[in-house]
Amino acid sequence: MGNVLIYAEHAHGHIPKATAIAVSAGKQIASQGGGETILALLGSDVSGLKDQAAALGVSKVLTVEDAALEHPNADVTAKALTGLARAADASFIVFAATSAGKDISPRVAAALEAAIAPEITGINDDGTFVRPMYAGNAFATVELHGDHKVVSVRTTAFEAAEAGGSSPVEAASVDAGAPANAIEFVSIEETKSDRPVLTEAERVVAGGRGLKSGENFTTVLEPLVDALGAAMGASRAAVDAGYVPNDLQVGQTGKVVAPTLYIAVGISGAIQHLAGMKDSKVIATINKDPEAPIFSVSDFGLVADLFEAVPELTEKVKAL
Amino acid sequence: MKILVPVKRVPDAETTIKVNPEGNGIVEAGVKWVVNPFCEIAIEEALRIKEAQGDAEVVLVSIGTGDSQEQLRTGLAMGADRAILVTADGVDTWCVARILVKIVEKESPDVVVMGKQAIDDDSNVVGQMLAELLSWPQATFISELELLDGNAAAKCVREIDGGLETVKVSLPAIITADLRLNEPRYASLPGIMKARKKPLEEIDAASLGVDLTPKLTVKSLAPPPERVGGRLVESVDELLTALQTEAKVL
Repeated sequence: MGNVLIYAEHAHGHIPKATAIAVSAGKQIASQGGGETILALLGSDVSGLKDQAAALGVSKVLTVEDAALEHPNADVTAKALTGLARAADASFIVFAATSAGKDISPRVAAALEAAIAPEITGINDDGTFVRPMYAGNAFATVELHGDHKVVSVRTTAFEAAEAGGSSPVEAASVDAGAPANAIEFVSIEETKSDRPVLTEAERVVAGGRGLKSGENFTTVLEPLVDALGAAMGASRAAVDAGYVPNDLQVGQTGKVVAPTLYIAVGISGAIQHLAGMKDSKVIATINKDPEAPIFSVSDFGLVADLFEAVPELTEKVKAL
Repeated sequence: MKILVPVKRVPDAETTIKVNPEGNGIVEAGVKWVVNPFCEIAIEEALRIKEAQGDAEVVLVSIGTGDSQEQLRTGLAMGADRAILVTADGVDTWCVARILVKIVEKESPDVVVMGKQAIDDDSNVVGQMLAELLSWPQATFISELELLDGNAAAKCVREIDGGLETVKVSLPAIITADLRLNEPRYASLPGIMKARKKPLEEIDAASLGVDLTPKLTVKSLAPPPERVGGRLVESVDELLTALQTEAKVL
């Protein structure tokens, strides 16, 4: 087989843990076929990112710089990656299954006429992959056919590659211009938070419709989140009700998390929510409804009024 | 303006899916089949565009067995104008994307509005593949849509990991709907009556000149590892002690 190309995400001069996880999966694939691991670092100016990229432990880093790559729009990014995959003799292209990875990877697959396995959770010795279906109620072993293969990697299912060393960094020459009808970036409204990144946090405290308002997320839930040094998550119901922004949603179509500790507060536990958190190591639940399905996946369940239990827990955690 | 909306038949989201004992599919007994929730949102968005503009046609397309007629009729009852059923079995996302290319070539829509993912195979790839195959721009996972410049472009708000991104795409384009784009309507009784008489064309996928060999084959299905149920605690103190001394996570 050929080489394994891994797409490096970056924002604000930082390559996220998700990319280190994709590298780790890429290395596992390369170890089966004997190819090199190549990190694709794209942008309008990636000079400040080369050291981080070189420390991810790949065989080499290939950079593509073009003004059209200032924002990771799917069309231009896929075009550059497709060119890079051909130039670098890559038979596998690996993405993290983030919103960017999900946006871009299918375009690369289509351009290369490649098979694609989205959101894989396992790589088998026989070259097959494991991926969840039906909101995680089934895990499929899938076989990909053809000369090129694309996978996106569920970030909770693999460990991040260990940083260290310094891989060679080379500029690749590929056609990276924008197409005539290019996607035009207008603006971004980023959720500002000093808390850990939801998908990377060791502890997550998530709230549901039981919180009853956005204000209660701030006054009741956030003190517990911060006392635990946790990231905050939410159920779809809480996001739909406008209590918190969309990027806090944990579930089948939101973020998938697997922290050491997940505390679910006022969340009933719809199938689609469980799909996003049931791989957490320890799950604790506070809910006043003893029949809530969330209790069936919880290690410890407290049937209580969250408006009394959460402030009490917060004070006692602070006192530890 | 013509809006094409792909529609998929899937098990109802409230159904608890179980892998069958043979490990080659799901237990279908008792499964209620519905329009994929994200496709329903796409249909609703198309209908809202039609209602706002007056002069627009909403065309549905589904790829699957004859049973998918039921879901197309549901979409017609919501208010879509006509439907196409491409009959095919055992196709993967690659085949579906290329079948849709043929339908786009046949129908020449101004925009394709579709769900971001189907809740059965949870792939979230077909819209993006279709965009690439057509060399069209895409706006995925959107929660707001505004048509601009006399329907020459669309401004879309996308739900991304770090927040919300706004992009502008020229039409024709592929737009994929996220959960919060709208709340789909229910079909009314008159709508259901009318839907029976709306055109539903059947096309055999084999007649489209697309190689239907899948690039992804599912070898087997396994149930998820079972999570051993825990226990109830009586108080905040007991919860805290359990997390500290038993689970050792605090």
